[in-house]
Amino acid sequence: MTNTVSSSLPDDKPLIVAGKEYKSRLLVGTGKYKDLAETKAAIEMSGAEIVTVAVRRTNIGQNADEPNLLDVISPDKYTILPNTAGCYTAKDAVRTCKLARELLGGHDLVKLEVLGDQKTLYPNVTETLSAAETLIKDGFKVMVYTTDDPLIAQRLEEMGCVAVMPLGAPIGSGLGIRNPYNIKMILENAKVPILVDAGVGTASDASIAMELGCEGVLMNTAIAAAQDPIRMANAMRLAVESGREAWLAGRMPRKLYASASSPIDGLII
Amino acid sequence: MQIQVNGEPIELADNATISVLVTQMALEGQRYAIEVNEEIVSRSQHDTQCLSDGDQVEVVQAIGGG
Repeated sequence: MTNTVSSSLPDDKPLIVAGKEYKSRLLVGTGKYKDLAETKAAIEMSGAEIVTVAVRRTNIGQNADEPNLLDVISPDKYTILPNTAGCYTAKDAVRTCKLARELLGGHDLVKLEVLGDQKTLYPNVTETLSAAETLIKDGFKVMVYTTDDPLIAQRLEEMGCVAVMPLGAPIGSGLGIRNPYNIKMILENAKVPILVDAGVGTASDASIAMELGCEGVLMNTAIAAAQDPIRMANAMRLAVESGREAWLAGRMPRKLYASASSPIDGLII
Repeated sequence: MQIQVNGEPIELADNATISVLVTQMALEGQRYAIEVNEEIVSRSQHDTQCLSDGDQVEVVQAIGGG
């Protein structure tokens, strides 16, 4: 059966981050893949247009022929989103962002994450606020990873962050959206895109984030650590699209008791 | 002279420019960024800015991350 109904649906609005439009609402990381070929295949399958990278010291004596991540994930094709993963202070995060901007020829969109603790990788909120302030003053466009605290999310928006990205659960945990009510509260007042960043474990988690009304979802481990990352990338693409469609459609109200789907009139008994 | 590059000692000719270091590290044609003593040195200055004995240099690239 051909699907003639969906072709008549009005187009969704694009995701807009720092003035640029994106069709895909799935943002993906490039860590933890087996090799660059798998990274490339998974990212292509995900349909993501914004792709995160880390900034690290070049290995001295590294094989010069070794391919570079940015040869595979080209900045001409993707919006590269350098992160500050591994930074535990505002100073280190700001320094990393400046290096990233130089590395990417002046590209000033960054994912700010300042971590507080190695075991939880929970955001260090005070250092995050401090780094965000410095970066925004310096002209950076900051997509900020933070806790699911609605007041902090609002504060980061007011400071001028271009997107606020609360965690669903700890980074790499795959525990899903543990506090959907907080995400709801954050969404209620937001004027910048709110994206769930971290915690997604499988496709339904991504759908839940989108059904809550998030503008997008950022994930890495859920795809890279799946048994088949390429297939999971496809699942996540579909899940984000499905969740978004469901949110646009508006779900039915929840009811405690049944409501028959078939008419009562005309029964033979 | 000796400088520290990414925390490791490297011998370079006195007054070598950053470009000399870049060539030695076989980074030409790649995307990288360089910091000398915690200050970014933009690419346009690599040919002219000389390094000094004891400089702390960081050379970074993009790698996989989330």
